[in-house]
Amino acid sequence: MWPNTFDYARAGSVDEALALIGDEGKFLAGGHSLLPVMKLRLAAPEQLVDIGGIDSLRGISANGGLTIGATTTHAEIADSADVRAICSGLASACGQVGDQAVRNFGTIGGNIAHADPASDPPTVLVACGATINIQGAGGARSVGAEDFFVDLFETDLEDGELITSVSLPDCSDCQCAYVKFPHPASRYAIVGVAVCLKMDGGTCAQADVAVGGATVKAVKCGGAEAALAGSTLDDAAVGAAAEAVKADIADWLAGDIAYPESYRQQMAGVFLRRAIAAATTG
Amino acid sequence: MTTRIFGSGIKRREDPRLITGEARYTDDIKLPGVLHMAVVRSPYAHANIVGIDSSAAEAMEGVVAVFTGDDVDLAGIPTAWLIPDSDLKTPEHPALAKGKVRYVGDGVAIVLADDRYRAQDAADAVVVEYEELPAVIDPEEAAGEGAPLIHDDVEGNIAFRWVMGDRDASDAVFNSADVVVSERILQQRLLPTAMEPRSAMAQYNAATQELTLWCTSQNPHIHRFIISAVTGLNENKVRVIAPEVGGGFGSKIPCYPDEALVSWAAIKLGVPVKWTETRSENYLITIHGRDHVQHVEMAASNDGKLLGVRATVYAGMGGYLSTAAPGIPTILHGLLYVGPYTMDSVFCESIGVMTNGTPTDAYRGAGRPEATFLLERMVDNVARAIDMDPVELRRKNLIPAFEDGYEVATTLIYDSGDYPTAFEKALDMAGYSDFRQAQANALASGRYLGIGVTAYTEMCGLGPSQVAGAVGFQGGLWESATVRVTPTGKVQALIGASPHGQGSETTLAQIIAEELGFPVDDIEVVHGDTTETPMGWGTYGSRTTPVTGAALAHASRKLKDKARVLAAHLMEANVDDIEYADGSFSVRGSPDQAQSIQDVALMAHLAWNMPEGMDPGFEESQFYDPPNFVYPFGTHIAIVEVDAETGEVELQRYIAVDDCGPQINPEIVAGQIHGGVVQGAAQALCEGAIYSDDGQLLTGSMMDYCMPKADMFPNFELGETVTPSPHHPVGVKGVGETGTIASTPTVYNAVLDALAPLGVKQIDMPLTSAKVWGAIQAASANGGGN
Repeated sequence: MWPNTFDYARAGSVDEALALIGDEGKFLAGGHSLLPVMKLRLAAPEQLVDIGGIDSLRGISANGGLTIGATTTHAEIADSADVRAICSGLASACGQVGDQAVRNFGTIGGNIAHADPASDPPTVLVACGATINIQGAGGARSVGAEDFFVDLFETDLEDGELITSVSLPDCSDCQCAYVKFPHPASRYAIVGVAVCLKMDGGTCAQADVAVGGATVKAVKCGGAEAALAGSTLDDAAVGAAAEAVKADIADWLAGDIAYPESYRQQMAGVFLRRAIAAATTG
Repeated sequence: MTTRIFGSGIKRREDPRLITGEARYTDDIKLPGVLHMAVVRSPYAHANIVGIDSSAAEAMEGVVAVFTGDDVDLAGIPTAWLIPDSDLKTPEHPALAKGKVRYVGDGVAIVLADDRYRAQDAADAVVVEYEELPAVIDPEEAAGEGAPLIHDDVEGNIAFRWVMGDRDASDAVFNSADVVVSERILQQRLLPTAMEPRSAMAQYNAATQELTLWCTSQNPHIHRFIISAVTGLNENKVRVIAPEVGGGFGSKIPCYPDEALVSWAAIKLGVPVKWTETRSENYLITIHGRDHVQHVEMAASNDGKLLGVRATVYAGMGGYLSTAAPGIPTILHGLLYVGPYTMDSVFCESIGVMTNGTPTDAYRGAGRPEATFLLERMVDNVARAIDMDPVELRRKNLIPAFEDGYEVATTLIYDSGDYPTAFEKALDMAGYSDFRQAQANALASGRYLGIGVTAYTEMCGLGPSQVAGAVGFQGGLWESATVRVTPTGKVQALIGASPHGQGSETTLAQIIAEELGFPVDDIEVVHGDTTETPMGWGTYGSRTTPVTGAALAHASRKLKDKARVLAAHLMEANVDDIEYADGSFSVRGSPDQAQSIQDVALMAHLAWNMPEGMDPGFEESQFYDPPNFVYPFGTHIAIVEVDAETGEVELQRYIAVDDCGPQINPEIVAGQIHGGVVQGAAQALCEGAIYSDDGQLLTGSMMDYCMPKADMFPNFELGETVTPSPHHPVGVKGVGETGTIASTPTVYNAVLDALAPLGVKQIDMPLTSAKVWGAIQAASANGGGN
């Protein structure tokens, strides 16, 4: 619980933050992912650049879809009427991160930069086709969430780049849910399933499905989506999707000593069914 | 008549300072010029130390010194429970490893620096070259052929082999029994996880040669004589202070290398030295609990008479024998094999095995949970084998009520008990017969409900010193206490025991208030400082209320006797005519004439007018050695539902009927039971330390080690019966460990009851959803249940 020595600077703007970061620096937002690993001496950045005071990075705007500033906290997202209306699955996922104290400090940008595979928001961002907006010394760029998450704790971010915001398409006409099977020790997801269903009468016109927790990164599940799309979400279709999702994640499985990969893979099927039930029963 | 203070659920007087953050723990105590100690710890479970290069660390800013095992001239850390007739080996436990490390976390060097961060930086800069050796963690494996030898002087890694009972007689019972059931039970390692990690700070005065050690101790007087022994200082030159101590559960009984090292460094360097462990260190080096591999059998007749139990226990001791470790899987374990049943044949062979795990020692219940679990598990197995309701089987075998002594086959003499009454009360509260119908209905709709019923008794209030001596405990088990009344009528009770969260400052004050009539708010209980308090052996084994409480009751009665004589003298009356009520002495027939206890205390201090031969002052002390243990008992019931799709267990109801004699403070009793039940249920459901094959602790933080959480539990339904201990002055029994002892088998058996229709017969604890689900799949592959 005794981190190595580091320098600390507080940036007033994105440009200042990018100028301060240097080769061995880390951006500090809520600190709820970075500081624990520093205390355990698993990370030892020489420079922390605090971006918590940069106003332009914070806040939620509804503009057809949603744009959520990188330093917006999980609690702010979970409580936002706009997020609940436009992407209720994200509000639900952010409301299930850690505990209230963590949600009050932890930020969406910090969360996805850390890319913990068992964290909740990335699964919804991948399911709903979010875009991650990034600023670097060379300018701004945007990456789809599915491409942003590369592997275990690994993202598309280059050294020195800063996530500025996350954009989401309008999902208000979808039925969304994020359902999580929490690890009893850490309350991270053993498996987390996000579904976003576009219904046309009794028929599912489009299904978006992603799984996290059971995998090294949030994984978009095309097989399960195909099984659901065009169906009436009857037992046979849901059963087929629950089988398909296990194959969708087979190449990306993760586990730990108590909850091995094989178990998590099976539970992805169970929790897909539960997520569909939650989405369709509101 | 005022409300009687004894039996009243008054609020814990400890809580305001704990809740507001005003409590002062060891780490809160700041001394000028203090140096911070960081310990360089082995990353290997078993390795030879080839070389240590501390030159880089020594050159770092703020670093005062680096010492290794070759520098530290302390005597070894002692083992203080020497089980007789067990061929006990006590391998040397140096404060810092010399030549070899034996578990991950074993101390190799210490760094002293002017700042905690710098100390850690320098500790990281000490370069230690190791030659890694094969490691062994499983105690049965460590006792087997070809296991790596951990101590050269502990052949086969077997530290002791303790046998209870007659093997031939046991064999005869088992050979002729109708039914014998058997099971291999794993009592997994548990991490005690007190809220406050351990901490120690030492200060030495070279002129007076006095050492003061502040530390997280459940027994500062024991720490004093062990620190005296390892440093060579006279015991009267060592002062040990346990300030506020944030929980222990047994983990703060032992004397650890860290306490010896801060003492040694403070003496060596002439400045105060402090060390406080991190949570990661706490999980690596502070003792673990349990760690048994048990091979258990139970014999019974076809009509449900329990005939005997026998077990071979491999008990993992870890890399060294901790302070009380040998006593846990032996005396505190085997002697409980009869439980509350009329069972005549018991046999236990307990083998203490050195392993490359963290040393184990007493953890809440200490040996008794491991005994109660195996007994209750086997009773359920017998019930299944003879197709009898497990409740009916228990009912048939419970010892009938007794008021004053019942000798059982393990040679213990239970003090008092009424097991059937507590049993039936719990069953009534649970609605047992209705539940069985509800369970059948649920099963018909594909839901899996289960019930577990545990009848238990346990031995606590440790204990008669003569017994302590006979079983090799290197100390007494009496307590002493002084009740000191100031001239203004305020009470200080000085006790040798050292409570650390149990609420004893409140309950012990209630005993004194009851005996002497002082308002409870006028009574302070002082503990934790060897210079301020009389000798005592500490707070563990649910002994503070039974033993210290008895000492205080007796000291209070002595004071009351003195007060009665003095009051008679002051009122010019005959002692025989003095009546006492609610803290006031009056003369029979003259109720107007009265002396309050405060009046008498003042007059005793003034001593202007004392009876012939009476000494001044108003203070009495009592040494109290209990004539027997106390044996609380009860019945616990759990109702669970298992989600067969995921393997998740939901604990739906928990009923606990406990009998600890008269309850001094029902709120505190309930709190002890709540905490104990949670701790024991967590062993069944989620807690367990896991090592890799090469001895790395994989559950090194709360991210992986599953501490129980409030939302895992229903509201507990508590009931009580009251059977006083016949030998105790106020009849009370201990209640600190009953919850932990009873709840593990209760919850476990409930889950296995739920899974019985699926054909699942056994799962190693903890019953995580993954293991339960895996067991369901395996049973299903084998054809499922009936």
